[in-house]
Amino acid sequence: MDRFLDSFLNAKLIATTWPAILSGLVVTIEIAALVVVTGLLLGLALAMVRWRAGRWFAWPLMLFVDLFRAVPPLVLVLLIFFGLPNVGIELPSFAVLWLVLSLVLAAFAEEIVWAGLIAVKRGQHEAARSTGLTETQTLLYVVLPQALRLAVAPLTNRTIAITKNTALGTVIGVPEIINQATTAVSFSGNATPLLMGAFAYLLLFIPIIGLGRLIESRFAWRRQ
Amino acid sequence: MSEASELSAGGTGTMRPPHPLLDIRGLHKSFGTIEVLKGIDLAVSPGELVFLIGPSGSGKSTLLRCYNRLEEASGGSIWFDGQEVLADRIDINALRRRMGMVFQSFNLYPHMTALGNVTLALRKVLKKPRAEAERIGMAALEGVGLAHKAASYPGELSGGQQQRVAIARASALEPGLMLFDEPTSALDPELVGSVLQAMRDMRAAGMTMLVVSHEMRFAREAADRVVFMDGGVIVEQGPPEQIFGSPRHERTRAFVSEVAR
Amino acid sequence: MDVLLQQFFNLDIMAKALPLVLQGLKTTLLICLIVIPMGLIGGVLVALASRSTVRALRVSVTLLVDLMRALPPLVVLILVYSGLPFLGLRISPLTAVVIAFFLNNAAYYGEIIRAGIESVPAGQWEAARSTGLRADQAFTWVILPQGLRNVLPDLVSNTVEVVKLTSLASVVSLQEMLYSADMARSLTFNASPIVLAALIYFALLWPAVRLVSRLEHAAAR
Repeated sequence: MDRFLDSFLNAKLIATTWPAILSGLVVTIEIAALVVVTGLLLGLALAMVRWRAGRWFAWPLMLFVDLFRAVPPLVLVLLIFFGLPNVGIELPSFAVLWLVLSLVLAAFAEEIVWAGLIAVKRGQHEAARSTGLTETQTLLYVVLPQALRLAVAPLTNRTIAITKNTALGTVIGVPEIINQATTAVSFSGNATPLLMGAFAYLLLFIPIIGLGRLIESRFAWRRQ
Repeated sequence: MSEASELSAGGTGTMRPPHPLLDIRGLHKSFGTIEVLKGIDLAVSPGELVFLIGPSGSGKSTLLRCYNRLEEASGGSIWFDGQEVLADRIDINALRRRMGMVFQSFNLYPHMTALGNVTLALRKVLKKPRAEAERIGMAALEGVGLAHKAASYPGELSGGQQQRVAIARASALEPGLMLFDEPTSALDPELVGSVLQAMRDMRAAGMTMLVVSHEMRFAREAADRVVFMDGGVIVEQGPPEQIFGSPRHERTRAFVSEVAR
Repeated sequence: MDVLLQQFFNLDIMAKALPLVLQGLKTTLLICLIVIPMGLIGGVLVALASRSTVRALRVSVTLLVDLMRALPPLVVLILVYSGLPFLGLRISPLTAVVIAFFLNNAAYYGEIIRAGIESVPAGQWEAARSTGLRADQAFTWVILPQGLRNVLPDLVSNTVEVVKLTSLASVVSLQEMLYSADMARSLTFNASPIVLAALIYFALLWPAVRLVSRLEHAAAR
């Protein structure tokens, strides 16, 4: 038991390592926040453009969406991180992670919002147009608000899952939580920083999951 | 489990003719603080068709569901074919398959064909080989006039057909007693007839039946006895002519004249 | 433009890397073959436990599910791979991957399967029990098949995620497809092998991704 405590909950190490873990937590929060904003906005924009544009937009969009849904994000991260410098574009690892996760989230978000739009379209669309609203007004005031309600639950789940992928940054050296933790493990030869890292993720994501449940239950009305 | 097949009507009655197949004494059932059944005594003889009528919320369905312990009674005793149903150590599954049950909402398994619905318990409870189970199942579907729908899924059948498959599912297990819980309430009026016909055929074959239903005309025509329940107690019972023709209790009279309108 | 093609779609390099990448693909498929069935079985157990009457069982399953929802899968993997040796347990990368993914997948499949089971009307259970089926028989033959069918889009979608997740195994030096492709990249100083791996992932998962979209759109209608 003493040995267990010594390797997993070493008080001295906790005292010396927490600033590093904390700085990792800050980096994780920064990337996560950026990814959520750009990913969701881009996904929403794509779905709305698809609504107004014809098939010429739908096909390339489907290819983009399917590609980013089917290829593992770590593959994309390595591809961009190691590929771009060879063609003369130097992106910091932080930016690579932001870019890749934003595109992945955008792809999923577009698909989810689009499914919502399709579900609302019938009936509601004709009713709105019959009152003289323009196509864009119909989308903005009638269809989109209802579609977003339908989309809120899957969107929340997906956003949480993709935000957790910030941990992939450790592979390309982004100094986020797990990167800080594994570095500290290799310096100390002790597992305590690992548990601290895990704890930091719990600290960050359990409130987010709780918030997700709250949003879900608030918007859950009228779903059959 | 094997003794059950001797249960068909008439088979047991020879030694003690008035010996009831089903005997309920002082049955109580509460949901939390609400008492739904307040001491029910009821005996059903082999081959008898007993009709349970009464306003909704009078406890008829609950009573039925206590018999095969889909609901657990709070007190009293239930004897079925000489066995204490509420005993702790009883093999409830063997007992349930000897009490067929037909539900208001059919409850057919939507992922199985009509024949699959009928044969599942034959294979899993009675351990019949597939071929034999299918033979028995086809015969049961034949009995309700639906052999040609054996390969259809419930979603492809009308409500009346679904309910007849449900009847076949229960009767294929050769139960000694059939419980019907508002079997026609969920059906469009034009589909009720075929289900009642299946029940008539079953009665003609000597099945003991306990029916909760609002089909008063069917009750008048087919029932041996009508039991009127209200407020968790049996108010009055007797032959259909008496209950419908000259009820003794004010509440029975009010109910009968209400539904007759 | 030429530089881009040279760096990302260099057919010569792809051809040279192909045997190595295909070797990795074998390992990727092997991992899938282990972790998907294990995850599904674990998921059924999690779903059952979360509806159990035993409180301790329910609580521990809720704890597992919430932990897995909060922790990134990569963190779980690193915890298992780097943490267990401190307990005196030496484990291979494959064992670490199997343990970590089992925890993660059982939790996610479990939540989906629980939702499926809860979507089956109570009348189905009663009808099955009324014909004398035991509880386990009613669950296996009547409730579970319907429950799984009701959440089929989510099951397929999660399985796509599980396959994608196997790429994380490269982080603990398990030589699956991404590891092999990245090795080829570092030998050739060219990103084409990773593009090759990406294309193989895409070919592998695209039908499933399309299927999910169609199932979900059909459900929305």
